[in-house]
Amino acid sequence: MAFLEMKNIAVMYQKGQRILENFNLQVERGTFLSLLGPSGCGKTTTLRTIAGFLAIQEGELFINGKLYNRVPTHRRNLGVVFQNYALFPHLSVFDNVVFGLKMRKVEPSERKKRVMKAIEIVGLKGFEERLPSRLSGGQQQRVGIARAVVIEPDVLLMDEPLSNLDANLRLEMRAEIRRIQKEIGITTIYVTHDQSEAIAMSDRVALLNSGRIEQLGMPQEIFYSPGTSFVAKFMGFQEIANGTVREITGGKCFVNTGETSLEVRSSSEISRGCKAVVFGRQKNLNLLKERSDNSLKGLVKAKIFQGDSVLYIVELGDQIQINSEVSVEHALWNEGDTVFIAIDRNLSIAFKREERKWTNFKSI
Amino acid sequence: MKKNWWLSIVLIIVMLFLIGPFLIIFISAFGNEASLRFPPRGFTLDWFKKVLTMPMFLDSLKLSLRLGIFSSLIAMLLGLPVAYVTSRYDFRGKRFIELSTTLPVIIPQMVAGLALLRTFVMLNLFSIEMTLLIGHTAIVLPYVVRNVISTLVNFPPSIEEAAVSLGASRVRSFFIVVLPNITTGLISAFILTFITSFNNVPISLFLTGPGVSTLPIVMMTYMEYYFNPSIAALATILIAMTVGIVAISQKLLGVSRMM
Repeated sequence: MAFLEMKNIAVMYQKGQRILENFNLQVERGTFLSLLGPSGCGKTTTLRTIAGFLAIQEGELFINGKLYNRVPTHRRNLGVVFQNYALFPHLSVFDNVVFGLKMRKVEPSERKKRVMKAIEIVGLKGFEERLPSRLSGGQQQRVGIARAVVIEPDVLLMDEPLSNLDANLRLEMRAEIRRIQKEIGITTIYVTHDQSEAIAMSDRVALLNSGRIEQLGMPQEIFYSPGTSFVAKFMGFQEIANGTVREITGGKCFVNTGETSLEVRSSSEISRGCKAVVFGRQKNLNLLKERSDNSLKGLVKAKIFQGDSVLYIVELGDQIQINSEVSVEHALWNEGDTVFIAIDRNLSIAFKREERKWTNFKSI
Repeated sequence: MKKNWWLSIVLIIVMLFLIGPFLIIFISAFGNEASLRFPPRGFTLDWFKKVLTMPMFLDSLKLSLRLGIFSSLIAMLLGLPVAYVTSRYDFRGKRFIELSTTLPVIIPQMVAGLALLRTFVMLNLFSIEMTLLIGHTAIVLPYVVRNVISTLVNFPPSIEEAAVSLGASRVRSFFIVVLPNITTGLISAFILTFITSFNNVPISLFLTGPGVSTLPIVMMTYMEYYFNPSIAALATILIAMTVGIVAISQKLLGVSRMM
């Protein structure tokens, strides 16, 4: 059994709607796992269920082999880091961090030693007597982390801990959190809607979609080999062509688009003869003057000068539009021109065409 | 600034309108004639001496203070759990509780007073002071609930969750994490309810009885028979007291938007 295991978990809110249903998750000891997904996908619900803030209606939650369904939060020995830091406003940094140890009735001398060590690990030495209101956002979150790890919890739960920080600080704190996590080797579950954050920090990423795990794997897998079109979309792929699968051979497939036949990677969900959608990443789409092997014809709809580059919006028929960024010296086309787009056979993937409308994640 | 001179004038008129009557009372309190007049002809402090030695005023002042303090305390004890539950959980009847906290503003207090009187006469269980205490508690309770709810709404539930995740039970985290952070709100609610109770006339009017009366009622009754500066002196003392309480609490708590 894995260190943390959720088996067929069902969780619902008061109005009867189920947020999680038949939810399964296994996390090995010492792993940094990210729960990634758009808002409303159930990632925070999953975290709050593990924390005990939400009751489990069905299924079982095991941590370290022990059934946790009926254990109240304050007996769970978990560290929780919150999006809004949730520091105790009336207590100093030291008193915030020592809180959990006091609750556990740790000896005062031992307490002090552990608190000072935790404060040092998060890089806040010298700030012990400050009140939270006199700290910056980044520092406050460091206190939040110190407070959660000082109790040596079985699992560290982090709920979008960086989303209230500004962009630069966020990058810095990513590295910090990862360093701290490795230093103490703590099993961590990290909720985020930011795919680059999940990719950069995690050992494992679980991508959630409406209460289910859509794909769980190493960051590289999720990023380069999305298993479903939902994952592909969320990880920055865009739709570039529609067609019919003509042939599948050794991980590759040929998709007949009507205009041409494209060779791309095949996903497990397609079969010969099925309708397929080809996905690719914007930065792997190169514009060509003439048709070459594995390319699509398009029409330049707009040319947008961006300073050091030019953004082309190209229409490919079937109401598919793609964006392509080109350096200024290669910006040879004008609006209305015909261009060809090279489709990278190793970086583009074909998925089965689903009839439902795509959700657009660009706005998230 | 030239642009704003007429605004300043409006402001001065409004201020005069608000403070003027109090000034008149204040100045009249020092008049040396047997009837209240403005402006007074001479100056004396006798009325203050007289007021502060009259048992009628002193007893009712003490009663009003007792009522103010105890009704506020009881309302706090009852109102705090209600406010907490209302601000933190969703449940049946939540709307009703929220609505009922606005009732005392809507329902004429005369009606409430009459209703309370009828009830107490029917029950015939309590002493007059006890009925007054219950009546005042009922009147100030909604103010407590409302104020404490608005304080709690500004206190993120995640802070409590943090305490619970660190090993404090729900109840314990309320006492060691929530309570220390809402004391300002509680004290300002207390001051508000104290003043509400202390100044109350309509409810007290119905519930006072022979020999047991609150200060505002005694003042009204006294005025019906005597119209001398002792009432002005008493009013001045009350104003000074109220302003004093508010000023001190603002200084101590830094609450500027207390009421």
